[in-house]
Amino acid sequence: MAQVSSIADDQSSKSITLRIARYNPEKDSERQFMEFTVSYEKWTTVLEAILDVKQHFDHSVAVRYSCRQATCGSCGMIINGKPRLACFTKISELDSDVVTVEPMNNFPIIRDLAVKFERLFDTHHKIKPYLVRDDTELESDAQEFLQSPEELEQYIQFANCIKCGLCNSACPTMATDSSFVGPQALAQAYRYVADSRDKGKDSRLKIIDDSHGIWRCHFAGSCSQVCPKGVDPAMGIQLLRGYMLGFRS
Amino acid sequence: MRESTIMKIHYGTALAAVALVAVHVLMRLTSGGFAASLEYETVLANYKFIPYAIMLELILVLLSIHGFNGLRVILLELKQGRTYEKAVSYGCLAAMFVLIAYGSRTIIMTNMGMV
Repeated sequence: MAQVSSIADDQSSKSITLRIARYNPEKDSERQFMEFTVSYEKWTTVLEAILDVKQHFDHSVAVRYSCRQATCGSCGMIINGKPRLACFTKISELDSDVVTVEPMNNFPIIRDLAVKFERLFDTHHKIKPYLVRDDTELESDAQEFLQSPEELEQYIQFANCIKCGLCNSACPTMATDSSFVGPQALAQAYRYVADSRDKGKDSRLKIIDDSHGIWRCHFAGSCSQVCPKGVDPAMGIQLLRGYMLGFRS
Repeated sequence: MRESTIMKIHYGTALAAVALVAVHVLMRLTSGGFAASLEYETVLANYKFIPYAIMLELILVLLSIHGFNGLRVILLELKQGRTYEKAVSYGCLAAMFVLIAYGSRTIIMTNMGMV
């Protein structure tokens, strides 16, 4: 099921072979790759190349995307073997004549490059990703909850998570343990536990203190390597363990 | 038991085992070398020396707890499911007790003059 085509006639641009994984779980028994010859400029992203293929050759290629600026976290996929955002990855920076795109690992495939996010959203929701306070109803004359720069520094990088799922895709424990909470949810648990305005630390720690919770992380660190927003989930998990072992309060 | 408690025990047994095994290895090195320490009479003498026998028993307990919990963790990651997980947890616990009992039996039998 290979197809070789050319998109643009522009002689000034270079070209690469774009290999797109095709798989429909309702019809196909195994994944196959379709190949397209795609021209690109130094600013062309992998997502743009995929969209070019959809526009000119095969509109049935399934891919999820939205903002095209690494903000929405929709276009996560495996690009040349590494989980990346397609809109945030320039073809020129891959330094390869062949660009292979596959759906993210550790996610059920809907079709081609689109995967189901239910597990990620379920675990994210499970750890209560919001501020928990006793005074749930703010009074009309109440002031905002003030924080010092030092208090903000404790968690601010973890607030940059865009729920793209690349960390969960890279996690080796996620590959074998279908009940594992995952680095995304654990990093978010730390984000709220470390927030000085939050009062839900005990309930969150109880949720992740499970046989498939925080202790199943082996600190491979691959989650931190692939995060496109510079979040360090592996560090968050270790800091969270500090709370559970009594080193932090 | 909560997983954090189990893991505290896991880390604690590891640290304690490292310390005691270090003492054990040092004692073997300073009392005739490894070859001599494996001789039948030497082994019996070690078991009959109560402080040393207690230390060996402690090493056995610590390593059994640590090792079988490690095995439990590995098995829990291989497969999931309520029945499977209960079987693994109780299976590892039972195997741990059997191993400790068997090791203790050897020390006790030696001290009672049954060997």
